[in-house]
Amino acid sequence: MTQTIYVNGSEEHLPDDPRVSLLDFLREHLQLAGVKKGCNQGACGACTVLVDGDQRILSCMALAIQYEGRAITSIEGLAKNGSLDPLQQAFIDHDGFQCGYCTPGQICSSIGMSAELRRGVPSHVTDDLSTEIIALSHDELRERMSGNLCRCGAYNGIVAAIAESHAKANP
Amino acid sequence: MTPFSYTRATNVGEAIRLGARPQTKYLGGGTNLVDLLRETLERPTALIDVSGLSNTIEELSDGGILIGAGAKNTAIAEHWAIRTRYPMLTRAITAGASAQIRNMATAAGNILQRTRCTYFYDNAGSRCNKRSPGQGCDAIDGFNRNHAVLGASSSCVATHPSDMCVALAALGAMVHLQSEHGTRVLELTDLHRLPEDNPGVDTRLTHGELITAIELPALPMAARSTYRKVRDRSSYAFALISVAAAIELEGEIIKDVRIALGGVAHKPWRAWRAEEVLKGNAASAENFRAAAEAELAEARPLRDNGFKIDLAKRAIVAVLSALAREESMETRT
Repeated sequence: MTQTIYVNGSEEHLPDDPRVSLLDFLREHLQLAGVKKGCNQGACGACTVLVDGDQRILSCMALAIQYEGRAITSIEGLAKNGSLDPLQQAFIDHDGFQCGYCTPGQICSSIGMSAELRRGVPSHVTDDLSTEIIALSHDELRERMSGNLCRCGAYNGIVAAIAESHAKANP
Repeated sequence: MTPFSYTRATNVGEAIRLGARPQTKYLGGGTNLVDLLRETLERPTALIDVSGLSNTIEELSDGGILIGAGAKNTAIAEHWAIRTRYPMLTRAITAGASAQIRNMATAAGNILQRTRCTYFYDNAGSRCNKRSPGQGCDAIDGFNRNHAVLGASSSCVATHPSDMCVALAALGAMVHLQSEHGTRVLELTDLHRLPEDNPGVDTRLTHGELITAIELPALPMAARSTYRKVRDRSSYAFALISVAAAIELEGEIIKDVRIALGGVAHKPWRAWRAEEVLKGNAASAENFRAAAEAELAEARPLRDNGFKIDLAKRAIVAVLSALAREESMETRT
């Protein structure tokens, strides 16, 4: 029996070998090379993808078969009808990258972060745990994005792009 | 990775039947096990995915909370009853790993994660008694800035990396287990072992025994509790040391207190001695200091990690002082 997974809206067959990571499955089997392999050990965030729409995970630390039947969104799945996701455009507008290798992970991670904020998920720097309305302060943004490293050090542009995009989406 | 089969368990009975077989491992979120498989530090022939079995978080009629073993770290941290009644647990979880990892990692997997000692992972280049029993330990005379100062042995100085477990130790959490031989409940503080002369074995779980839930006992004092973590960078790093604490005052007197330490030992370290020193005594800086001294009295530094002893003492005093100040301010108003 072949098992399936949904990637950027398409039904795909999972590999027979359960050792294939979700990251290798996306990159090597489906040729979705926008998903990046940085450290391959859960330390850099370059491989971040979204599960079931807006839940951010590291595809390097997952076996593809664990996500059987689930919907995965990679950077390739964000643009709609030929238009970039507003966050993708914001990264361009703010120079939120230099080499660009961490960018797909940064953008997917940021989408997941926004969903967590909407749900009221607290972070390490949230002062008051008894509120579910948390503003995206500079400190909150930095803490919540700390799982995505940028070795070029383009953090100022990354933070500006995310902050602007978040503010526009949450007026 | 060496070859293995993969089965997704649909119920606990199926999981423990399959899990009882030799060379079989349970799989939760995979955030540690996938890494260990990749490094061939774990070489099971079968994986049983138990992440879908129970992810509920249930408020119990006695005031406690039952956390399903498959509950994700994020789900625990954001749960309303946990963040308001057991804030140290939310604080501990959000201090650990990254948001992506917290979205993947399960409660049981967090408990059963293995040390991040670099010598343990350095399969080709280092000796490690945890990885290869009897081989020797290159950490004891090596770069051991991150290693244990309490409860270590001449065969292993690794630390348990979890933040969540430090809070669970302080809260007196109970871990529900099930195997083909039945069910039992272990205190979290009894679940992990000290290394002694057998560091390859991290816990008292038997082969095939499955964590089904973690129970937080009713503990009203935990509503004023916190977790402080000291690390080399302000986010996404393992603890050098950490402190989980709760305090209950009656006037100036400490009626009850809970303290546990992370980053200092092979297991989450409940500070029983410090608690004993404090109970029934005044909530003063001198007493907090005496309690910290008592807890760390048997600490043994290695070449690089002696700083942890003073750091842990100062953190205990700082955390208790802040909690006592908050509590006495609230009582007065």
